[in-house]
Amino acid sequence: MRYKLVGNRVVKVDAREKALGSALYIDDIVLPGMLYGKILRSPYAHARIVHIDISKALKAPGVKAVVTAKDLPGKGGGLVGPFIKDEPIFAVDKVRYVGEPVAAVAATDLAAADAAASLIHVEYEELPALFDPVEAMREGAPLIHDNVKGYFAVFDARRGGNVCSHTTFFEGDVERGFQESHVIVEETLRTPMQYQAYIEPIGAIAQFDGAGRVTVWSNTQGIFVTQDRICESLKIPMSKIRVIAPKIGGGFGGKIETTVQPHCVALAQKTGGRPVKIVLPREEDISNTRPRHPAIMSWKMGLKKDGTILASQMSAIFDSGAYADDGPGVVAVGAITARGPYRIRNIRMDSYCVYTNKVKTGAMRGFGNTQTTYSRECMLDIAARAVGMDPLELRMKNAIEPGDKSVGGQTLHSVGFKESLTAASEGLGWNRPKETKYRGRGMAGINHISGLLTVGSVVRLNEDGTFTIQCGAMDIGQGSDTVLVQIVAEEMGVPMDDVRLASGDTDATPYTWATTANRITYTGGNSVLLAARDVKRQMRDLAAQMLDTENLETKDKKIFAKGNPDKALTYHDLGKVSVWVKGGPLIGKSNFMVEEPTLDPRCAIGHPFGTPFSAWIFGTQAAEVEVDPDTGEVRVLKLVAAHDVGQAINVDGVEGQIEGGVVQGLGYGLCEAVLFDKGRITNPNLTDYKIPPAADVPEITPIIIETHDQTGPFGAKGIGEAALMGAAPAVANAIFDAIGVRVTELPMTAEKVLKAIQEKRAREAKAS
Amino acid sequence: MKRRDITLYVNEEKYELNVPVNKTLLQVLREDLGLMDTKYGCGLGECGACSVLLDGDKAILACLALAATMNGKHITTVRGLERDGELHPVQQAFVETGAIQCGFCTPGMIIKGVSMLARNPHPDETEIKHGLEGNLCRCTGYVKIIKAIQRAGELLDSRSSG
Repeated sequence: MRYKLVGNRVVKVDAREKALGSALYIDDIVLPGMLYGKILRSPYAHARIVHIDISKALKAPGVKAVVTAKDLPGKGGGLVGPFIKDEPIFAVDKVRYVGEPVAAVAATDLAAADAAASLIHVEYEELPALFDPVEAMREGAPLIHDNVKGYFAVFDARRGGNVCSHTTFFEGDVERGFQESHVIVEETLRTPMQYQAYIEPIGAIAQFDGAGRVTVWSNTQGIFVTQDRICESLKIPMSKIRVIAPKIGGGFGGKIETTVQPHCVALAQKTGGRPVKIVLPREEDISNTRPRHPAIMSWKMGLKKDGTILASQMSAIFDSGAYADDGPGVVAVGAITARGPYRIRNIRMDSYCVYTNKVKTGAMRGFGNTQTTYSRECMLDIAARAVGMDPLELRMKNAIEPGDKSVGGQTLHSVGFKESLTAASEGLGWNRPKETKYRGRGMAGINHISGLLTVGSVVRLNEDGTFTIQCGAMDIGQGSDTVLVQIVAEEMGVPMDDVRLASGDTDATPYTWATTANRITYTGGNSVLLAARDVKRQMRDLAAQMLDTENLETKDKKIFAKGNPDKALTYHDLGKVSVWVKGGPLIGKSNFMVEEPTLDPRCAIGHPFGTPFSAWIFGTQAAEVEVDPDTGEVRVLKLVAAHDVGQAINVDGVEGQIEGGVVQGLGYGLCEAVLFDKGRITNPNLTDYKIPPAADVPEITPIIIETHDQTGPFGAKGIGEAALMGAAPAVANAIFDAIGVRVTELPMTAEKVLKAIQEKRAREAKAS
Repeated sequence: MKRRDITLYVNEEKYELNVPVNKTLLQVLREDLGLMDTKYGCGLGECGACSVLLDGDKAILACLALAATMNGKHITTVRGLERDGELHPVQQAFVETGAIQCGFCTPGMIIKGVSMLARNPHPDETEIKHGLEGNLCRCTGYVKIIKAIQRAGELLDSRSSG
């Protein structure tokens, strides 16, 4: 089916204002009388707070407010957390990581706030700290939270000690699968803490009006999540909290949960109506955005001689840092997706989320699946070599197809995995002779969820026949505003200029959960499409009444009696009549959420997925690398990324997601890691935490595979997170292909690759 | 803090300013002149979001330049590239090529593109990649930014010949 707008390359609705520099981001907003906030943070990884003295800070020049936990309701405020409510806004009694907020100051300028914050005297008593999740799991380890079972939890996944969740998914009989296998492969792989590193740091402004209502401006991925966390922590009813999001300079998961917003509100409560702004310096941003969980993943896979995978087992330990945050969800998604896009009857996937005294980790593009995809795809290559099969052939042999099920029993309808294997390997030239000796090729298969929870939206017919969408889904740069406008314009048969999207204001848009889980195109797209159909039906009913016929046609913004275009009402006419005569305007509305259960509870212990998944997305990324055997340097020459997106809505947008995701994935594979010395981050800036610059980017070929999901808007599914997952394992497998060494810990720096080469040479020398 | 009187021309407007000697050009643009189109990403010269043009076509980092040293200089920010409602060819190319995602690095990238093309009207891919050194983007993977700068070179050609 050809569409007018869907499936084309369209200019993004906000591209022009961004090119002109007129798009406003949080730091560009300045309000009259605005104060500047500074958060005082813990210098210790684990310490008891003996005493806090704010008296000097209160008297410092320019200071208008100082806040600590004692100023919050109940001397500490409500605890927050999306799964386990374990985190205070300001530390209560003890600190659990270097960088934890202890107090905050608002002053007339930033220098005054900085100076005053340094005058707050905090007396600490250091406690033994834990930096390694394996140590934290040991019997008798010091407790980071005295009683993890005492916290309110959305679901309880075998909490205890320093373990905040332990989720298991199992199907079939994994032990029997191993017994029946001809070949068993085992390996442990490790991944680092990856920082979202959006170019725009996190910030917020809060201001109270005379009626006790607070308005919060912030670059959040979920205005309603922000509203909820402020409500919970500061005990302010939602009816008194308005959250507005300006343009957002990237998120990648780091801007979902609150970071500075409740702190801003707590300060603004004490300033007599003056607004308070906090924008994090880069160094503070790194320690507050909840980077990606480091993980240690131990795998065992069993195969028949012909390459059929009979059993797959993983036990993974995820480092949650000081608080649970999204951790229980992250590790569960990591476990449920760990089987991968393969038919494997017998599986057991365990994942533990463990507290340590490091910055709290949380959601980042891929949400647990990035870690498990890396390790599983390495395992598939190890397995392929063990049975003497080409890695492509092994994947193809075990690949899932439409009608197969995901872990938990959900039947998968649109599955373009095999197509992606073919497209990526052909695009790379999988079987082409290699040009030089130390070149290698590798690939990785990907599966992920797309869509989750609810999006509400309204489509309104304006008086002049144009349309306004109200939808709270946040465009964080991925282009969803454009996609939502495109979908409504397509459905209404109007140009995109006739559709305006209002978003980013809790007072002005229906509820939606955040920009996460590859869900805005799929869930948000379905929501606005249904709302558009609703208003369309109402327009048709009004036209039928006015034209006195049910036999109607619609074309060129007109509804007319079939075969009689002269007897017509324009959208403009209908807009006018609906407002002035019919007590309108005509408003279409919808809430979209998949509600049918997608997980058989008998195959899981401690899982958070009371809410079902929607569609699943698939892909393959394949890379060619060249390794320098003398230095260990890895040069990625080409990367082909083939992704099943159901149906591309904006082709430029899909390609942009793939290209950007691939480069983040290459960063994950080759250079990115947040580093620590006793809990203190040693590379808290963009020089020492290196994200890939343009010069490091190889030739990238995005390939779009369209499988037209029967539940997606115009057949569409998501792409954002899947795009990141394949690059690191594809490169790891390519390095092995090039030089016969496997680095089992990301990032695969030249030092690690060289060390592996030297060890291999030493082994070979010994053997000969 | 010691202060200095300077005359600064920003997007062809003249400003007589009295600035503390430790204030950066970025702070003066954003805080004193209210020109928010130049972005603060790190304040340390790491990300390039604050790139502006000095005296026509030389890209500099506004977060590392002290305003007090800019007396008599002409600064162009991304908003100063537009002419009578018409986008500059580099802006136009970024819009048309899908080179803009979150948009936060975009002003700096466009400034860098203008500066690059002034020196080399037809850079190849490798030259553009190296020319973008010092400007980070986390969304696009640079692919469409590189295409946009190449496309802008073509647009500039057709504009000068037409």
